[in-house]
Amino acid sequence: MLAAMHKKNSPPAPPGLRKSPTGIAGLDEITGGGLPAGRPTLVCGSAGCGKTMLAMEFLVRGATQFGEPGVFMMFEESAADLTANARSLGFDLDRLVKQKKIALDHVRIERSEIEETGEYDLEGLFIRLGHAIDLIGAKRVVLDTVEALFAGLPNHGILRAELRRLFGWLKDRGMTAIITGEKGEGNAITRYGLEEYVADCVITLDHRVHEQISTRRLRVLKYRGSMHGTNEYPFLIGERGFSVLPITSLRLDHAAPTERLSTGIARLDEMLGGHGVFRGSSVLVSGTPGTGKSSLGAAFAEAACRRGERVLLFPYEESSAQVVRNMGSIGLDLAPWLKKGLLQIHASRPTLQGLEQHLLAIHDTVKAFRPAVVVIDPISNLSLERSEAEVAPTLMRLIDFFKQQQITTLFTSLTTGGSGTGTPEDSQGGVSSLMDTWLLLRNVESNGERNRLIFVLKSRGMAHSNQMREFVLSDAGIDLVDVYLGADGVLTGNARVAHGAHEQASAELRQRDHERNLLRIASRQKAIEAQIAALQAQAKAEEAEATFTISQDRWQESNARQIDAAMAQRRSGGTTDPKTKARR
Amino acid sequence: MSQPEIIELRLYVAGQTVKSLAAFANLKRICETHLAGQYRIEVIDLLKTPALAAGDQILAVPTLVRRLPEPIKKIIGDLSNEERVLVGLDVQPARP
Repeated sequence: MLAAMHKKNSPPAPPGLRKSPTGIAGLDEITGGGLPAGRPTLVCGSAGCGKTMLAMEFLVRGATQFGEPGVFMMFEESAADLTANARSLGFDLDRLVKQKKIALDHVRIERSEIEETGEYDLEGLFIRLGHAIDLIGAKRVVLDTVEALFAGLPNHGILRAELRRLFGWLKDRGMTAIITGEKGEGNAITRYGLEEYVADCVITLDHRVHEQISTRRLRVLKYRGSMHGTNEYPFLIGERGFSVLPITSLRLDHAAPTERLSTGIARLDEMLGGHGVFRGSSVLVSGTPGTGKSSLGAAFAEAACRRGERVLLFPYEESSAQVVRNMGSIGLDLAPWLKKGLLQIHASRPTLQGLEQHLLAIHDTVKAFRPAVVVIDPISNLSLERSEAEVAPTLMRLIDFFKQQQITTLFTSLTTGGSGTGTPEDSQGGVSSLMDTWLLLRNVESNGERNRLIFVLKSRGMAHSNQMREFVLSDAGIDLVDVYLGADGVLTGNARVAHGAHEQASAELRQRDHERNLLRIASRQKAIEAQIAALQAQAKAEEAEATFTISQDRWQESNARQIDAAMAQRRSGGTTDPKTKARR
Repeated sequence: MSQPEIIELRLYVAGQTVKSLAAFANLKRICETHLAGQYRIEVIDLLKTPALAAGDQILAVPTLVRRLPEPIKKIIGDLSNEERVLVGLDVQPARP
């Protein structure tokens, strides 16, 4: 009889992949366009997992965004309760009801009021639903926990048969429907096996609490005739409704600008190929507590403000006022930028909400403020008490989101280096592989003091320095100083200063030593020269002596010869004067 | 026996089906037997007035609703079991 009554309505949806967009952020991405149009979808999960919210948003968005009015038939909540709940998501159901875009029908069934005798069917339900559909020309239907009927009607045999007929009837009428169901015991998808009747699309919702932090998750268990994401996706119920965070559906297709941004520290820019980081890239600054991560982040933010860019700062450890005060102590005055509206600081406790809730807050703020630079300090706090495998995909999505918006981001990450187990390179959240640039800050303890060192562990797409620098925080700001490398290893801080002085002193000493050496050599040279002169003089004297002796000898010889001759003459009668001959 | 109350009954049906006809016949018989002169029956065909279904929270058809005296009582089914109908209506069976 109903079939006859509704013959004038649209024929059933053609088979294939016609989809009905839900308008719910993320869900349409996972399902490749929405729920199967003209067919029922089962949404199940335990109490309080958000089934009703999902169903309601599906209806509201259908009515307001896609021109598809809808009927919400509820079996548990009253219309007033539902309206109040909807208001918390910012949906005005009353107005939509008045505009005949949405019809609400509360089906209340009291076991105690009902006596059962003989044969019956649920035609009354069909008529009610059909009436509501006709009244507003509905295209969408929600049956919120139809399973409540099992508690109200004792004859489950009839109920099951009628439910099967109901789902078929919805299909015949071309209604895109959401049927919610309670999660069953153990592995059962629903308590009463509704999945047996609604076989086209099954979505499960889950609400888990781990380490006192709750996360909601959504999974498309089944989608007949369509590709769909099979993962579990975190989702949120926020001020603007339902929001699913799909990760795998995002593509790696963001642009890669070549423009470079200064980090606010000239010498750090120098280490990063001389020009700083790429616009739209992500920078990770990791380090143990007190290594200066926040200061580096603030310097980065301040530099962007000075360029006239908008900056969003999310400190998760300090309040906004605290950040401004503390950064003032190292010469970074953030207050004027706050006043100018270039800088916004959104401080909150990381444990206040789950990670996903934080991400939603970040999304919303980013969309509203449209910053060029975002600083999150520290990202590791967001993943507090959560396993890496759980956190990494969500952070990946966040990083991708920033990249797609061409926002340059700086994340700080607290490492627990020094505890013995982790190396300083361990960065929480497993996010380092997602980052374009990774700066590591490390505390070095020696000579009774701790000093900060900075390294560039990686920086994609640029020739970066492989050296370490000392990271010096003073009231004049941040500076990087070359460290001393010597036989004693890397020297920093006072040791570096002392070593410098020591080197200078020894250099002077050496200089003096050289001069003395030169002098000594010069005097020796002079001494040698004097010796040479003396020897030469002596040689001359000896030569003169020798000449004199020779001539003396010659004279004596000739003299002797003359004497001999004179003697011989005299003996022979000669009268030659011997004296004159000897003088010749 | 005190002043008998008038029992106001409404039978919701959806068209002239076997079940609805049976329910009506059964109801008529039971009322005549046990509530002669103390009852009023109104039959509502939801196919003609579907808007009325929500008012009395009708799901199943046929549904018999005892609107008066309060509290409201509902009996679903074709009313084939006389005893249960009487229990459901909170009516003492008349001794023949």
